[in-house]
Amino acid sequence: MKQSITLGKVTKFMGLGFLSTLKDLFTGKLEKEDFKGFLRKVVVPIASILLFLGLWHLGSQSLYNTEAEFKIEKALNDQGPEAAEAMRECIASGDISCQPNTLPSPAKVWDSYKSLLKDHQIISADKTEFAEKTATLNAKRIAEGKEPIVYTGRPSFVDQIFRSLKTVFAGFLLALFIAVPLGIFIGLSPTLKSAFNWFIQIFKPVSPVVWYLLVFMIVKTLLIDSSEDSSFTISFISVGLCSMWATLVNTAMGVSSVDKDYINVAKVLKLGTFQKIFKVILPSSLPLIFTGLKITMSVGWMVLIAIELLAQSPGLGTFVWEEFQNGANDSNAKIIVAMFVIGIIGFLLDRLMLFVQNTVSFEKTDAI
Amino acid sequence: MAYLELHNISKTYGQGDYATEVLSNINLSIEEGEFVAIVGFTGSGKTTLVNLINGLLEPSSGEVLFKGKPVSGTSHERGVIFQNYSLLPWLTVEQNVLMAVKEAFPKREKAVYKRKAAHYIEMVGLTPAINKLPRELSGGMRQRVAVARALSMKPDMIIMDEPLGALDALTRGTLQDQILNIWGKDKRTALLITNDVDEGIYMADRIIPLRPGPRATLGPEFKIDIERPRDKTEMNDNESFKKTRNAIIEYLMDIGNERKSEATEEYVLPDLTPKDFVYQFK
Repeated sequence: MKQSITLGKVTKFMGLGFLSTLKDLFTGKLEKEDFKGFLRKVVVPIASILLFLGLWHLGSQSLYNTEAEFKIEKALNDQGPEAAEAMRECIASGDISCQPNTLPSPAKVWDSYKSLLKDHQIISADKTEFAEKTATLNAKRIAEGKEPIVYTGRPSFVDQIFRSLKTVFAGFLLALFIAVPLGIFIGLSPTLKSAFNWFIQIFKPVSPVVWYLLVFMIVKTLLIDSSEDSSFTISFISVGLCSMWATLVNTAMGVSSVDKDYINVAKVLKLGTFQKIFKVILPSSLPLIFTGLKITMSVGWMVLIAIELLAQSPGLGTFVWEEFQNGANDSNAKIIVAMFVIGIIGFLLDRLMLFVQNTVSFEKTDAI
Repeated sequence: MAYLELHNISKTYGQGDYATEVLSNINLSIEEGEFVAIVGFTGSGKTTLVNLINGLLEPSSGEVLFKGKPVSGTSHERGVIFQNYSLLPWLTVEQNVLMAVKEAFPKREKAVYKRKAAHYIEMVGLTPAINKLPRELSGGMRQRVAVARALSMKPDMIIMDEPLGALDALTRGTLQDQILNIWGKDKRTALLITNDVDEGIYMADRIIPLRPGPRATLGPEFKIDIERPRDKTEMNDNESFKKTRNAIIEYLMDIGNERKSEATEEYVLPDLTPKDFVYQFK
């Protein structure tokens, strides 16, 4: 039996059900009873977003004024009334050199977002130009057995997003490949459980920073001969080790708490060990394993920023830290842009996991 | 030599001070081709007894002999139908049955398996639902899948643990007939555990009440001498049916009352008189 895939099904699957309600509104298929649902699902979130933006705007305005007053006051105390007057004029004129450094307003953040995109376009144009220029030379170098020349200019904001995603996925896969098999073994065997329990309990609460330092100590020595940049390796291993505990614990719990009825069925049918694990135990513990994987994904994305910052591995974390160190007049706005990008990507990653979970698991989970 | 024999079985759960003897001194023998029903109250240890026979549990003392050999662990020779169906919810009807077929008859071609599974699913009349998941089926349909799964392993004996307990009266009736039909075809030995006396009388050759636990034992057996095939409506007027039914119910009621009188304990209530608030404020 084949089922056609519609927009409604896909969006509901991913917990984005409001999209199909929106579609119904435009195609005029919306029933009257659904209108209340539409109000709740679409209008209320939009209203709350607007309210949030309004509060943010007012808050940043008030912070801006406080900061400006303080600057003028300071100029008055240090250098006298003329300097204070000059400062007041300077702030009012919008001159970059004397702008108060505080929470940027939504409009400023939006401008920074646009400037970051423009910057990305410039850099990618530069990159293609570079690739065209070096194409023949690189071909010749490869033919001679030499390393090709690569672009070494600074990465754009978008490049850094992709780099961060790469790190988090590598870390996630590492966590998946360590935690799921280990969790299954621990869940199946009470002996292994008591052997590993202290280990899990002690290492679970360790902070990402400490994980980073630990991984750094080990990887640095292991890669002592390599001339390559090890920051990526270090950061993805740290992300993986830091985030794998939720999956480990959930998998072990899921496997060890399979419904007794199913185990009895497996016994009565005399299933072999492999059959029992793959046909009975794993399918029934999938919902819990996925709960763990979802937590791992979000923890991984959360600690990634801190770890990139420490490892100096290019990515969103480094971007945020560099902007903070940079202290340019639009740095704060760029940090806020990065904050939203991080949040939105985290949300999308969560929905991606939900999609995978609902595809493979027999129990359908609703989005929260 | 009986087909299935239980000798002085007892089963204790827990250890030391917390030990409770659920079953004690159980003796039972079932002949080949016989249909035996064990009737008992809830909580009397029926499921424990079933699990001892099918090999999921081991007795604390005594032995279970099947075809003269002691039972150790489960076996394909004894098919089990559980009370709560125990279908795997992530497998379709066909896959649930296929799983049993594959285990019972290893190393056959895929087509052979499919044909076997289809045969048993048809036997219980579920061919239209072959690709459905258990959650898409009604309770009766689920139990039919469980019946098909148990039968598909071609067991020598079928053990049913309150198989129809969770179903409504009408579905119960049809399923009773279906199970009897299948049993009648190749006369396998069958053991039915139930809490419904009528069901026991309608289906079995012999009824044995289980006295309630802890330390449950089997009571005296009642033979049912009603010709097969039996007819539900006619049976109500059958003298022999009425007599057996009354005898069994009386017996069960008696042991129920016996237990109640054992359990009664005198509670001494404190001697209190309510305070007179009205008088107090005058």
